[in-house]
Amino acid sequence: MDQLFNFTEVFDNLDKILTGFWATIRLAVVCMILSMIVGTVLAVFRVSPTPVLRGVGTFLVNVLRNTPLTLIAVLCVSGLSDVLALRFSDAPSVNGFWWATTALSIYTGAFVCEALRSGINTVPLGQAEAARSIGLTSGQSLRMIILPQAFRSVIGPLGSVLIAMFKNTAIVGAVAYAVEAAATMKLMFFDLGASLPIFIGFAVGYLILILPTGYFFGWLAKRMAVAR
Amino acid sequence: MTDSGGGPELTKGGGGPHDDTPGGGPLVVLENVNKHFGELHVLRDINLTVQRGEVVVVIGPSGSGKSTLCRSINRLEPIDSGTILVDGKKLPEEGKDLARLRADVGMVFQSFNLFAHKTILENVMLGPIKVRKQDKAASERHAMELLERVGIANQAGKYPAQLSGGQQQRVAIARSLAMKPKVMLFDEPTSALDPEMINEVLDVMTSLARDGMTMIVVTHEMGFARKAAQKVVFMADGQIVESNTPEEFFTNARTDRARDFLSKILTH
Ligand SMILES: Nc1ncnc2c1ncn2[C@@H]1O[C@H](COP(=O)(O)OP(=O)(O)OP(=O)(O)O)[C@@H](O)[C@H]1O
Ligand SMILES: [Mg+2]
Repeated sequence: MDQLFNFTEVFDNLDKILTGFWATIRLAVVCMILSMIVGTVLAVFRVSPTPVLRGVGTFLVNVLRNTPLTLIAVLCVSGLSDVLALRFSDAPSVNGFWWATTALSIYTGAFVCEALRSGINTVPLGQAEAARSIGLTSGQSLRMIILPQAFRSVIGPLGSVLIAMFKNTAIVGAVAYAVEAAATMKLMFFDLGASLPIFIGFAVGYLILILPTGYFFGWLAKRMAVAR
Repeated sequence: MTDSGGGPELTKGGGGPHDDTPGGGPLVVLENVNKHFGELHVLRDINLTVQRGEVVVVIGPSGSGKSTLCRSINRLEPIDSGTILVDGKKLPEEGKDLARLRADVGMVFQSFNLFAHKTILENVMLGPIKVRKQDKAASERHAMELLERVGIANQAGKYPAQLSGGQQQRVAIARSLAMKPKVMLFDEPTSALDPEMINEVLDVMTSLARDGMTMIVVTHEMGFARKAAQKVVFMADGQIVESNTPEEFFTNARTDRARDFLSKILTH
């Protein structure tokens, strides 16, 4: 019993654990920004009046959403980085970081796209007609009228997508970027033997990061809601 | 295009303010316009000329094509054949040119369609800034003058959902006016409003008509037609069946279709 709840190993290695979580946070923040950009671009493709763009958007989203993230990450690391020697940097940790980011961002981007597209569908047709009737081009109308309202209506679902993304850092970490929190935990298990305290330490760490994120998105969704 | 200050400039062309007689030549010309929705022939060989400064009321039973006519004039609906000229220019295909031409044709919708995520002031300023590329300060000044004019200036910082229907529709009129359009289209602007709000909107429209704005108005408000319009166009089944002065049309309609329709709306 004493052994089971002895947290000295956690406190002795706190610097390692915090370094791991710091790497997780960096990964998550960069992926959040990039996946929003990727998702927006894909959504714009999917609602574009040009059939070719619509087709490309639909194809990419379906492929990305229906492929396990591990496969995408392995493809990036083993396929593109190792075999084809496409490297972001000669430093393995920097290269790993950006391939992990790439894999997670395009994967999450597909989900962001679908959330956003459902938001676009909630914007009444009259909004776009009014925009066009004052002389905005269709691009301006999308950028200034449709997308802002679409984003506001799906902040809740986007929050869920981004929280899933946060947890998925552990998956891409395992494949491409072995310095984030989950990989650090595995390393510690390897060095010190698997123990419940270490596991609990990491679980609490994730909880501390993710719980407020959920509350934040809930609060933001309420605050930004568009009244009709 | 910057506003030189002074009072809000509401009209362009036309016979000048307080000139009720149409003149100055045609501003909107429709020639042999046809439009189908699938099998349905919604506009049949429409010919219509609207003079500068003229106010034309379009009236007719539900489904007769009034909205489609309105929407085809700023190409929210493309037409199948025929030509539509606005100020002598043919409507361009979709693209930047069309966007520019649309800015010259104001449109007021039955359901207001104010931009829900923008304040009243932002709604009015958006077009002048993004389409006309006016500077922000001048646009804001002009927008406030227009809001003053439609009686909403004290609500400028609110969002559309915080306003009553009548107030929203007056803002929508100000938003159109901010583009200094050559002609304004109104598609049943008061039919989504509670009765007590109808007059506040009609009053704004009547004063616009007085100031010489060229207007095409789909409405069943006969009081407005009598007071403000020079011409009533009666549509049925996608055709213009009758076209006359309001007085003549309401008291002395020539066709059975029109008399039948009038008897129905008069008994309500
Ligand atoms: N987008 C569309 N697709 C298919 N049919 C349409 C469409 N819009 C209108 N119609 C049909 O075209 C006909 C004319 O419609 P329109 O809206 O112009 O009539 P309206 O005179 O404005 O009627 P109301 O008084 O009810 O507004 C109607 O039969 C309508 O059902
Ligand atoms: Mg209609």
